[in-house]
Amino acid sequence: MSAGTILVWSVTVAEIALVIAMALAAYRMLRGPRAQDRVLALDAFYIAGMSLILTFGIETGETVYFEAALVISLLGFVATAALAKFLMRGEPIE
Amino acid sequence: MTRVLPYPFLSLFLLAMWLLLNQSVSPGHIVLGSLIGVVGSLAISTLQVPTARVRRPLALFRLAVIVLTDIIRSNIAVAKIVLTPGRKANSGFLTVQLDLRNEYALAILSCMLTSTPGTVWVNFDSAKGELLLHVLDLVDEQVWVDLIKNRYERLLMEIFE
Amino acid sequence: MMSIPGDLPAWVAILVSVLVLFGSGLTLIGTLGLLRLDNFYARVHPPTLGSTLGVGCVLLASMAYFTAVESRPVVHEVLIAIFVTITTPVGLMLLVSAALRRDWTAGDPSVPLPPDLPKPKAKPEKQ
Repeated sequence: MSAGTILVWSVTVAEIALVIAMALAAYRMLRGPRAQDRVLALDAFYIAGMSLILTFGIETGETVYFEAALVISLLGFVATAALAKFLMRGEPIE
Repeated sequence: MTRVLPYPFLSLFLLAMWLLLNQSVSPGHIVLGSLIGVVGSLAISTLQVPTARVRRPLALFRLAVIVLTDIIRSNIAVAKIVLTPGRKANSGFLTVQLDLRNEYALAILSCMLTSTPGTVWVNFDSAKGELLLHVLDLVDEQVWVDLIKNRYERLLMEIFE
Repeated sequence: MMSIPGDLPAWVAILVSVLVLFGSGLTLIGTLGLLRLDNFYARVHPPTLGSTLGVGCVLLASMAYFTAVESRPVVHEVLIAIFVTITTPVGLMLLVSAALRRDWTAGDPSVPLPPDLPKPKAKPEKQ
């Protein structure tokens, strides 16, 4: 087995692992039980999604995926912060 | 100098980010990035953020190395806790008395502690100097207090105070 | 299917494989912990596995791979590393303090009192 085959297989395995990770986070997001659990699960969900997009980038050899990951990393934080503020006071902007 | 560049390190940081984002060091991008650096730090200066005074810049690198090794170590520790079947995490809240008062040092400490798996910064009472933490593996409180006091706080006080 | 350039050195391929597997494994363990642990404050900890070393390893792998493939230094992944290391702790701290406030106003006796809040009300909070 050549090194290239190992790389192809490990990237595939990594993608499957990340998809399972996203599924687990989505399950926690649906189950709750409370609102803060859902927001926390959303946070974990977008981090796993960002890693998945980066491994897609390695798989296809395209650098376009980097920009998508960058946008996710920024928007994910804004979403978490706004939702946390909303949980704290009942409104996102004071 | 201070009027054009109120925060020189912020300007440099913005320039570096611009060059990284465009993946080029051509003169045109350096000019554009410098422009962004100047305008960005002028915009920040309207917020009148107090400037930080770093006493010992070299100690910052030591701190970075310490934080990195701690993050790797506690990644393994938390992974073990999650993967051990049937194990209940004895998590709990913990109060630590801090002597640190510098705002930048406290901000760095909070980001350090929260991004290390296993500890989350919850609240800091600046009047009493009491830090409220949540720890995942709270077997011995004294271990965590010693870690924060001796490993992080002393170094941060050396750097900032 | 993935196409690998023929001139990719074997050690780079092995390094990228190890980093990608390690990073995705840590992310998976993190979300597993999110599912397994029994209260909210304990559940805050495991996802940081994914957002520190998990993303870090995948970013390193991406850097190593593209540097080898394009035979020029590709380091713009550092930007994502900077954003993630700055933003995740801030988001988590906001979320934990919001959760503490909610639990506290709901009259949960197991959480410590934040000093800047009024006394708790007895009525339970709605979801």
